[in-house]
Amino acid sequence: MAQTHSNRPLSPHLQIWRWGPAMLVSILHRVCGNALAFGGLGLLLWWLGALASGPEAYGTFIHWVWTPEPDRAIQSFTSILGKIAIVGLTWAFFQHMVSGLRHFVLDVGAGYELETNSRWSIATIGISIVLTILFWAVVLLR
Amino acid sequence: MGNGTSIGRVRGLGSSHHGAQHWLVQRFTAIGNLILVIWLLASLAFMPGYDYATVSTWLAKPVSATAMILLILSTFWHARLGVQVMMEDYVHDHGLKFAALAALNVVPLAAGAFGVICVLRLALGAH
Ligand code: HEM
Repeated sequence: MAQTHSNRPLSPHLQIWRWGPAMLVSILHRVCGNALAFGGLGLLLWWLGALASGPEAYGTFIHWVWTPEPDRAIQSFTSILGKIAIVGLTWAFFQHMVSGLRHFVLDVGAGYELETNSRWSIATIGISIVLTILFWAVVLLR
Repeated sequence: MGNGTSIGRVRGLGSSHHGAQHWLVQRFTAIGNLILVIWLLASLAFMPGYDYATVSTWLAKPVSATAMILLILSTFWHARLGVQVMMEDYVHDHGLKFAALAALNVVPLAAGAFGVICVLRLALGAH
């Protein structure tokens, strides 16, 4: 205990730690998973409910979350939130998906070397951003 | 086995034997989500338009309706397991934890049932 500069690992330890890519990706997996569970599945049900209820209900859904009716100020606000939420949820899905695939690799015991682990953690974020851009490029530019 | 501290009360009891099943089902449903959500996103990305007629006609087709119902089952089951893990980590008060876990056995089931009924209604010919 008298030793001040030790090379022993710092983690796992409750108070002494340093940020690293693996921690960020682990937290993102949880945050994105729960955002998808509450926000994503909620939105999915609203969309399915609107579709099942008919053209008028579907129109209401679209007006609140994407294309506001011209004379509805509140919808021009909620439709901005709707776009942010929907684009955000597609990124959350891709991030959770790619880090979920990383989970499968870690589950079989591979990818724990420090270098490799950091590299793939950062890669999940890059890949999820690229997939999100590709998805919206197809939707909007097609 | 002691009865003083919380660790003392559980020490020596061993595993509850539910963890491995939970962990495995989380992974089985993850594979379901992987296939089905990619199917949904690809279908949406290549949909010719987003007006009511186009979207509802697409969803009413037997293959789309089946895939959407499977998607609802897989995602709600996976989410129910995942949200449970989150709640076990952050909700420590015994009363609140009981309420949260009780809600977790009702809400995903009710919400999933609603989703399936919506798809069936379209698939069986409403509108
Ligand atoms: C849109 C559908 C999805 C939803 C709503 C969802 C939701 C969740 C939630 C809430 C968790 C709990 C996170 C935690 O706190 O530990 C979780 C965990 C997990 N998810 Fe998903 N997820 C979805 C799709 C996927 C996909 C596509 C994959 C795989 C490619 C996946 C792989 C995983 C894995 C492996 C875990 C367990 C992580 C662990 O054991 O720590 N999920 N998911």
